[in-house]
Amino acid sequence: MARIIVVTSGKGGVGKTTTSAAIAMGLAKRGHKTAVIDFDVGLRNLDLIMGCERRVVYDFVNVINGEASLNQALIRDKNCNQLYILPASQTRDKDALTLEGVGRVLEELSRDFQFIVCDSPAGIEKGAYLALYYADDAFVVTNPEVSSVRDSDRMLGILASKSRRAERNEEPVKEYLLLTRYDPGRVKSGEMLGLDDVQDILSLQLLGIIPESKSVLSASNAGIPVILDEKSEAGRAYEDVVARYLGEDRPLRFIDDKRGFFRKIFGGRS
Amino acid sequence: MTTSSSVLEFKSSTFFSPILILYSNDLAAIEQSLQDKINRAPDFFKNSPLIIDLRELNKSGLDISVIEVAGMLRKIGMFPIGVRGGNEQQDKQAHKLSIPVDAGRENDSTAATSAASSRKETETQVLERDSVENNEFRNPASSVGRMESVSAPPEPVKSMLITQPVRSGQRIYARGDLIVMSQVSAGAEIMAEGNIHVYNTLRGRALAGVQGNTAARIFCLDLQAELISISGDYKTSEHLTEQIKKRPVQVYLQDHALIIKEIA
Repeated sequence: MARIIVVTSGKGGVGKTTTSAAIAMGLAKRGHKTAVIDFDVGLRNLDLIMGCERRVVYDFVNVINGEASLNQALIRDKNCNQLYILPASQTRDKDALTLEGVGRVLEELSRDFQFIVCDSPAGIEKGAYLALYYADDAFVVTNPEVSSVRDSDRMLGILASKSRRAERNEEPVKEYLLLTRYDPGRVKSGEMLGLDDVQDILSLQLLGIIPESKSVLSASNAGIPVILDEKSEAGRAYEDVVARYLGEDRPLRFIDDKRGFFRKIFGGRS
Repeated sequence: MTTSSSVLEFKSSTFFSPILILYSNDLAAIEQSLQDKINRAPDFFKNSPLIIDLRELNKSGLDISVIEVAGMLRKIGMFPIGVRGGNEQQDKQAHKLSIPVDAGRENDSTAATSAASSRKETETQVLERDSVENNEFRNPASSVGRMESVSAPPEPVKSMLITQPVRSGQRIYARGDLIVMSQVSAGAEIMAEGNIHVYNTLRGRALAGVQGNTAARIFCLDLQAELISISGDYKTSEHLTEQIKKRPVQVYLQDHALIIKEIA
């Protein structure tokens, strides 16, 4: 049986798709057969981040409607043969997804895959609800600012009450915190919430802190998940996230203000 | 489960239903007051069955049309399922609406004493009526009469225990006391007809005594609430003074004033 992971946040633009692409690639690179599904029907993005947009023929909605088989729609990643992408439809909207249809697709994938990563759309409406409903684990992606934290808190409430595990009174969805776009310098100067401020409200198991990094944008534009960029801090931080999720113990990195040191020496401003 | 030949089966069972006792025949005022109660606990009152009690009204010589009351109740999402204590005309009106009428009016005086008597006695009374009714189930009025006697013993009110965090957007309603072991997030709402205990940080809204219990209290270990209310009297976070913010406190009502006191 596959483990179903939902990457969710409530708020938009916090890094859900970047995270989905990175952790799916990270899991696959370690030899786990992984599928990543774009639930953002109508605003298809995951294929761009994964660099497979020119190979999309059939999509998630086609499979749900029985117009294509799962094997026809799944796209094998060009960098890792253990990773498959199920793209969203760009021409439809979230109403094209049904609870029953999503359940069928996930069940079929579960027979073959070890991990299924569901990239949730923003918001708390149907698309987001369907992305989280069947989840076993939830990666709650949060930026260090108040509105993102509150939206994440709301999402956690929905996970605890509306997921299938909640409905069936099973063991609750395991919730993890992923703090993204973290800027240690701005945290230090008080412009940005720190880890403690966020944890004060969310109190979740922390899976990792991804520092704000230029390499994320360039990786997105190039269509290569940032985790493959071993030189970038964000890439290495995602690598840590995957390792921690799989049970390894890794110390937190990239949360100290390294620029402070240079600023002291050169007296410059950034 | 059932034998293949049977189409239906009669079973005697009991259920609880709230009784709406009217003290005024001002329909608009009744509706307003009900609406207020519904707004405080929409899930509790949604599609709730209800028995209309007109005894007090008729005692004070005030008349009201059952048709109008039932219409108003249905409009706001409640289901009137019985009428008791009505006069002849009100009973006729109820019949017209197919709402059963409590025929046990001759028990008026005994009903009062039975409510006051010990619960054990009332229970045996219920059992007796049960057995009588099995022979008389063709009489539809007796079913409402039974309901009355069942709702007479004090309902055991259990306290509700929450161990998971109450997240933003979640609402919890407890009919008795509410005990929360985890934090209550901003944007969450916890309500109780009795007391509220939060053994953690309270950032959301907490409303105790929502059915009018002015003796209800709120206790929490770390007060950062958006709003606290007891029996309708409330304070928002704007009105929390610095001395009690982020402190362990209790909140109670004294002469309609909300008192927030640090627990030493």
